[in-house]
Amino acid sequence: MLWIHSDSFHRLSLLLLFSFIHLCFQLESILLEMQDPKIGVKGTEQKLNISTIPHVIAGNDIIAWISNKMKTSTEEAQAFGTMLVAYGYIYPLQNHKKLVMCNDSSLYRFQTPYFWPTQKWVPDDSDYGIFTLLLHAVCLCFIQAHYNHLHEWLNHKWDFIVMQATEQYKAGKERKKPDRVVFDCQERAYWMVNRPPVSLSNSNMFYQQAIMRSKVKSSVSLGALVKYITTYKNHDPFLASCLPSNPWQTDHDAYWTLNMRRVEVPTKMRVERWSFSLFELLSDLRGRDDFKIFLKKEFSGENLAFWEAAEELKWGTASSMSTKAETIFKTFLAPGAPRWINIDGRTMGLTVKGLEHPHRYVLEAAQTHVFMLMKKDTFFRYLKSPTYKDIQKKALNPEQHNFSPANLEQNALNRSPGIHPIILWQQEEEEKAKVAAASAPVDVKAMMSKIDRKK
Amino acid sequence: MACQGLQKGETLESLKRESETLKKKLEEERNKLNDVELHQVAEKVEVLSALSIKTRRVLKGHGNKVLCMDWCKDKRRMVSSSQDGKVIVWDAFTLNKEHGVPLPCTWVLACAYAPLSGLDNKCSVIPLSLDKNENLAAKKKSVAMHTNYVSGCSFTNSDMQLLTSSGDGTCALWDVESGQLLQSFHGHTADVLSLDLAPSETGNTFVSGGCDMKANVWDMRSGQNIQSFESHESDINCVKYYPSGDAFASASDDATCRFYDLRADREVAVYQKDSIIFGASTCDFSLSGRLLFAGYNDYTINVWDVLKGTRATILFGHENRVSRVRVSPDGTALGSASWDSTLRVSWSFSTGSNYIFRFIKLLFWVNSRLVLEFTVAF
Repeated sequence: MLWIHSDSFHRLSLLLLFSFIHLCFQLESILLEMQDPKIGVKGTEQKLNISTIPHVIAGNDIIAWISNKMKTSTEEAQAFGTMLVAYGYIYPLQNHKKLVMCNDSSLYRFQTPYFWPTQKWVPDDSDYGIFTLLLHAVCLCFIQAHYNHLHEWLNHKWDFIVMQATEQYKAGKERKKPDRVVFDCQERAYWMVNRPPVSLSNSNMFYQQAIMRSKVKSSVSLGALVKYITTYKNHDPFLASCLPSNPWQTDHDAYWTLNMRRVEVPTKMRVERWSFSLFELLSDLRGRDDFKIFLKKEFSGENLAFWEAAEELKWGTASSMSTKAETIFKTFLAPGAPRWINIDGRTMGLTVKGLEHPHRYVLEAAQTHVFMLMKKDTFFRYLKSPTYKDIQKKALNPEQHNFSPANLEQNALNRSPGIHPIILWQQEEEEKAKVAAASAPVDVKAMMSKIDRKK
Repeated sequence: MACQGLQKGETLESLKRESETLKKKLEEERNKLNDVELHQVAEKVEVLSALSIKTRRVLKGHGNKVLCMDWCKDKRRMVSSSQDGKVIVWDAFTLNKEHGVPLPCTWVLACAYAPLSGLDNKCSVIPLSLDKNENLAAKKKSVAMHTNYVSGCSFTNSDMQLLTSSGDGTCALWDVESGQLLQSFHGHTADVLSLDLAPSETGNTFVSGGCDMKANVWDMRSGQNIQSFESHESDINCVKYYPSGDAFASASDDATCRFYDLRADREVAVYQKDSIIFGASTCDFSLSGRLLFAGYNDYTINVWDVLKGTRATILFGHENRVSRVRVSPDGTALGSASWDSTLRVSWSFSTGSNYIFRFIKLLFWVNSRLVLEFTVAF
């Protein structure tokens, strides 16, 4: 496990165990209340093939109940609910591998107290043996791996297990079908929490896919790694000097001031780095600005604008996705859109269809296409363009600092605090807002009504 | 029930035999394209000039073991978390402590600028502000929830999504604003101790390492395990991508660091020495990828030449295990956190001759180990 090997950890784990036990008793009283027919969560019946499962509850009802009872927000109630599922007090009927509480109409049932964590501190292996023996008769292959292993391990107890299993099976047969279905669900759910299944055929599929995946010759891939190192060698402060000096070495922060986000004139090293790859050029926002100047001259700024919008969608908050998707469609993809991007018909078709039900990766195909276009064509034209050559000429090449020991001592006393990153971030947001306002698609209707009002 | 029924003619035995055959076939396929070793390719590369890296800044302020640290994008601020239950934001350049956030959990295992996670199985995000008097602990927002401790966390490209790794054997992607689980990643068979996001233009993959001795590469969109490497002989404590995104390194309790090429799909180097017997807990690359800094449980940081496979230099100074090393975002310095409750910042002195005066001054009042290093450098 972790590199924690101390007494304090053992004490901590004991403390956690006791607090867990205490917590479990508190939880049990809450769970009993949840199941109360008068004040608890309202349940219904659910049909499963020909039998009906009673006392089924919906995720959103549970969360609302918890939120109301414990006077918490919906988020906290959902988190609490997820814990109840994860520890096995409530189990999901659908999607039982994902042990979370969903705030929708997903169905759950309360686990029988027999299977509560407090009743059985450690899920007993001989119980598991009994369980697997019973299920073996039903041929569930993913249990088989465990079954064979347990058979070897519990050999001495095996007769006992077989006897217990036969008894349970006989008792089970005497129960009514719906009860049996319910009990099976409960038991399976218990083992799902305490012995998550490892599928052998899944891992075989993984190996098959791994074999078929395209690989590259070592000479090629290692050559590329070496090439990367050679390209960046002079830019690595551990291998070559920083100009004018490494701030840590001389206590003078000129290197940082000269390389800030919004300098008028960048340094020669920085401009050189933009030529290494499109990824470098776009990652350095100052470089991206320069690239935009070039694109404006070529009247082809929509590709980069689309790529940026797609990034915002991919990495944005879940709640903002549908609005962002709509704006992107109106600005870049709709027929006659103000910044229509020129991608092949098939990709366009797929993307537009996907936008009917937007998710964060809906623009992936279109974004990759646009990026490849920029990478293989626009980027190289940029490097040969007057815009780039111009900035290369203008770029600063600061002199190496030459501080005497007295200077260095002075520097150490006067270390500049720099501009706080939060202020920089605020400035950045203001700039972004200005740019967005300037390039927003013209609202014709608004303009027309403005004109009308003037009349 | 979502179990796969056995296909006609299959038994558990036949599946197991198939598994062994497939594993062998995968090794064969990998070896077919293995036409050259890394050290052979590296022969054409020039030798590193003598490295002189010094630790000259010590950040004191934590009351107990420092478990984790991370740099801010402004290249000079860093955040650190400690067993004393505090998270401190420092300006490492001026040595000022800017924020101190007390937390309810004492084992804060991971912090990134700024999500934090720990042994209390939650991961919280604390928004920082300019107001020094603000009670930051009150603004803490719980985002991720696992059923076991959270060992590592990282923001994705924006700060609106969080990726976490946990002792429950899974990794998960969360939406920060709503706390919603976006994707979970299953495949490790033991605690996952570390994760790192790929620095590529697509940015859709990440690598994780765990106690099952495996390093797995995942697709964030589908939750699929794309590649898996199983060559370490003990827990993998840390995984870190090579700057180009086509390779990664891992640090393990088996006292080695290993280098994996993703396109060739195999391990291409092992960084080890007979004299190194303690586990490596952390690693990071320099800006060009030529150097690999690795922190060990014997209180040292070994600096490896990634191409040649040799040790370039060794850094002393910490008085207890090194829990975390991180190169600053512009590559100018190396930050390290240790169980000796300090953080140290180190950088290269190999360049510029104006510093000879400074070296001589220092010769008189440092301990014997450092004096040896100075004489070697000249």
